[in-house]
Amino acid sequence: MDQAMTMDTSPELTGTVRGKVGMWLFLVSDALTFGGLLCAYGALRMGSADWPVPSQVLDIPLTAFNTFVLICSSVTMVKALSAIRHGNVKGLQKFLLLTALGGITFLSIQAYEYHHLLFVDGLRLRTSLFCATFFALTSFHGMHVLSGVIYILVTFWRSTQGDFTAEKNYRVEVLGLYWHFVDLVWILVFTFVYLL
Amino acid sequence: MDQAHAEPNYMKIFWWLLALTIIEVAVVYAHLPKLTMVVALVLLALAKAFLVAWYFMHLRSEKTALIMMVGLPLLLLMDLLLGLMPDIAHHIF
Repeated sequence: MDQAMTMDTSPELTGTVRGKVGMWLFLVSDALTFGGLLCAYGALRMGSADWPVPSQVLDIPLTAFNTFVLICSSVTMVKALSAIRHGNVKGLQKFLLLTALGGITFLSIQAYEYHHLLFVDGLRLRTSLFCATFFALTSFHGMHVLSGVIYILVTFWRSTQGDFTAEKNYRVEVLGLYWHFVDLVWILVFTFVYLL
Repeated sequence: MDQAHAEPNYMKIFWWLLALTIIEVAVVYAHLPKLTMVVALVLLALAKAFLVAWYFMHLRSEKTALIMMVGLPLLLLMDLLLGLMPDIAHHIF
């Protein structure tokens, strides 16, 4: 592991481990994907004469609470990294599980929201451009949260195998980058799809 | 490396994010003029996104090369917006 760690380090240009650079590159390309979806959403909305007011169709207070849940889970993620940097494996595990719990809570509330929209309001992808863009953007983000929860649980499992110490923990930071990005994208989706 | 930098006060960032979220929701229900509301919400969202990237994702303690690697490609999004302008401009102006 220590040898792999040395091979992963290329401080000359970016001053950081390659795993982190790789994750950042992935996140930039992912940001462009989300950006493309958001731009398509904007163009379709601008071009529609009868776009509904989102706050009259969607549950803003519930989703605002969900935004709060994701922000909290970002805080527990930075606490997880902080713990292992002080060599506290138990703290790392506790905060990783709390972060995963935040993600699962988010997904559960989103599932409830979808259930309501699909089966009470009878909305479908094909119902309108509003529905098509809403479901495309929020489900694409939801899949990111689901992947993140799995990623967190895998990292938790690795922590039980003694993979992380005060000196060797950059994979926890890389996980954090992914998780905070999912939070960041939600901030934008929440604003553009729910609030505007 | 970045361990050498002092940790930011994460709870302070958390309270900022929470406050900005509450302001956002308040803006929606405040019945402001449409343009004021749109500008306010976009600025608030960008501020929150910046706080997450700069502090939680530690961009502030990364080297300039990494910040550029992340920031410059996002300018391509401006390109996409410009490309869409002919289709949507007549609805805005």
